[in-house]
Amino acid sequence: MVALTERQQLAYIASQAADARVNVELETEGMTLNIGPQHPATHGTLRIIVRLDGEQVIAAEPVPGYMHRGYEKLVEVRTYPQITTLINRIDWLGSFANEVPFILAAERLMDIEAPPRAQWIRTAFFELSRIANVVLFLGDMAVQLGATTPVFYAFRDREHVLNQIEAATGGRFHPNFDRIGGLKDDLPKGWIAETKQVMGKIRAFCDEMEELLVGNEIFEVRTRGIGVVPPEVALSYGMSGANLRASGVDFDHRRDSPCGLVYDQLDWKVWTHPDGDSFARYWVRLQETREACDIVDQCLEKLPSGPIMAKVPRIIKVPEGEAYVATENPLGEMAYYIVSKGDLNPFRVKIRSASFNNISIVPWLLRGVYVPDVITILASLYFILGDIDR
Amino acid sequence: MSPTMSLAVDLAYWQQTTLRSIGVLLAVLLPAGTIVYLFLFKMMSFMQSRLGPMEAGPYGSMQLLAEVGKWLQKEDLFPDGADRRVFALAPIVVVMSTFLIYVVIPFGPDAWFTQIPTGIFLALALSSISVIGILMAGWASANKYSLMGGLRAAGQLIAYELPLVLAVVGVVIQAGTLDMQGIVVAQRGGEIFGWGAIGNPYIFTQFIGFVMFVVAMQAELTQPPFDMPVAESELVAGYLTEYSGFRFLLFFIGEFATAGAFAAIAATLFLGGWSLPFIDLDSNWMNVIGPLVLFAKMLLIVFLVMWVRFTYPRFREDQLQILAWKYLIPISLANIMVTSILKVAL
Repeated sequence: MVALTERQQLAYIASQAADARVNVELETEGMTLNIGPQHPATHGTLRIIVRLDGEQVIAAEPVPGYMHRGYEKLVEVRTYPQITTLINRIDWLGSFANEVPFILAAERLMDIEAPPRAQWIRTAFFELSRIANVVLFLGDMAVQLGATTPVFYAFRDREHVLNQIEAATGGRFHPNFDRIGGLKDDLPKGWIAETKQVMGKIRAFCDEMEELLVGNEIFEVRTRGIGVVPPEVALSYGMSGANLRASGVDFDHRRDSPCGLVYDQLDWKVWTHPDGDSFARYWVRLQETREACDIVDQCLEKLPSGPIMAKVPRIIKVPEGEAYVATENPLGEMAYYIVSKGDLNPFRVKIRSASFNNISIVPWLLRGVYVPDVITILASLYFILGDIDR
Repeated sequence: MSPTMSLAVDLAYWQQTTLRSIGVLLAVLLPAGTIVYLFLFKMMSFMQSRLGPMEAGPYGSMQLLAEVGKWLQKEDLFPDGADRRVFALAPIVVVMSTFLIYVVIPFGPDAWFTQIPTGIFLALALSSISVIGILMAGWASANKYSLMGGLRAAGQLIAYELPLVLAVVGVVIQAGTLDMQGIVVAQRGGEIFGWGAIGNPYIFTQFIGFVMFVVAMQAELTQPPFDMPVAESELVAGYLTEYSGFRFLLFFIGEFATAGAFAAIAATLFLGGWSLPFIDLDSNWMNVIGPLVLFAKMLLIVFLVMWVRFTYPRFREDQLQILAWKYLIPISLANIMVTSILKVAL
């Protein structure tokens, strides 16, 4: 694997810009193409207005907001236990992970800490929802590039994970399992052994994807060097998660600020890739899925016994104050900023979701690329529409 | 081998014409239906760990009839701003070119629709008519995605027409004739460097030509990894976006019947066509099993094409052109050169 030097990356960007400029000078008549709101590549209702010259993009502008559901406003009129039901639906593929930073922020305000067993199970579920989310990406990226088969494997193997989540929580997509001070229930009998088997299946799936796609010449020419994000650009646009790590920035909230979760007691590794192109983003997510399987296995092996709920008052009133908690969610950094005035419901909640920041780089990234690469880049940035629009 | 159809009864001209029309219709629709059911429904499902259609008929074998019934019932829709006449004509042009290819394929010593001395030339010429139909569809739909799909298709089909023809040239040099029937006879009677037990199916001596032909055929059929004109994830469905109902059905038949036609041509050129080793060419019952043999060989080649189709991601448009002009065409030209030198030398 040859790392792109900074100079090569800048040369690549400059050549793309030069191409776009030449086309403007030739004054061929352009075309405005509306990708979305209803388009198979936008997994939802993201609209991207692209100005085209032939097949080349001159300018691109994402228009989010077609699925805005107003969660930040809605949570202001709900009590704290009710809120987890709503925020489950932000990133609907890794829904349990949405609850965790909110619950952690509320716990910090109330000065409660969940018992160790609850923390370990939380960490396991956090990683399970990461697997459920990213496995679908691993197949979906292929379908955006035109290979129809991998996505069926992804749906098949994600089903095992969803079954485990359902067995423990009762909800396949929206577990609503996390509580202030702990968890709703303990794990059912036999669940740990089953989940370990499922982790084996997910590892097999990762190997399958590696054989099917990563070594494939067409996949490589379609993704290598496409949509290169240099690290400083990625940081300046506020990208996070695997997109940032694929640009070579070694930053992971799980390792760097493991508040309330037990990542510091586990043996695992943060994967980065120096290239910053679409291939790197795919590769990093592939490795992270494998790492997540290891983390789940470790959590289940070292799971301490004890209660799963701390002592919490029956009616939850959060004392006055402000708290900001960020965690490393499947899509990137997700954070809640809660302002409480001591009521049953929060006064104001700001939700920082990863996809919104991740797609803010789209106008910069799409300039000068070809239409098929627009789809590759959008797929490799991996956004969930609920996570953009909230 | 008789130059005209030797039938026991003398038929009037119109009777012969009717029979042949029904024959062509069967020759087009049966392979197309088989390919769709066997490969698109069942093999694809098998590869993707699902069952595919199971309800209509045993193992879903009547599914295609149900789909056709559904398409025929749908409204005949013209998009606003479409060029109505061109829009309506486009699928017919595509299907017409498919039907005409089948006309020159021999199915047995006496079972053919027309015998033309330049059969393979005509088949390749006719196959490129479908480009016009696709371009018409893309232009007339009054849709930007369709227009891009149509233009991509035009660029792609023209680029891959060349390797397709050049791959055939090697076979033609070796057989010494453009006549499809003649190519079959030459393969059956030929010998591989002096060993003639199974004749000489040109896949052995023209293997590079065979690979070129199948790759170019894949591109001509606009199937993955060369399906940029219809790329669902980029252009929604390219030139097919605005078509529905009966007109979409025509495109659909056109796509899979063309797959069958190209596969039949490949089987004729490289696998010995309707002939079987160890069986006398002129025996009368080759007229009966000949079509079945050709059909089996055709399915073998369609299997190869479909296998790639369900597995590979697609190229980008410029990468596709690079593959055609920088790799396929030079290799084909080298193949022609080597073939002609060997032909003269041996």
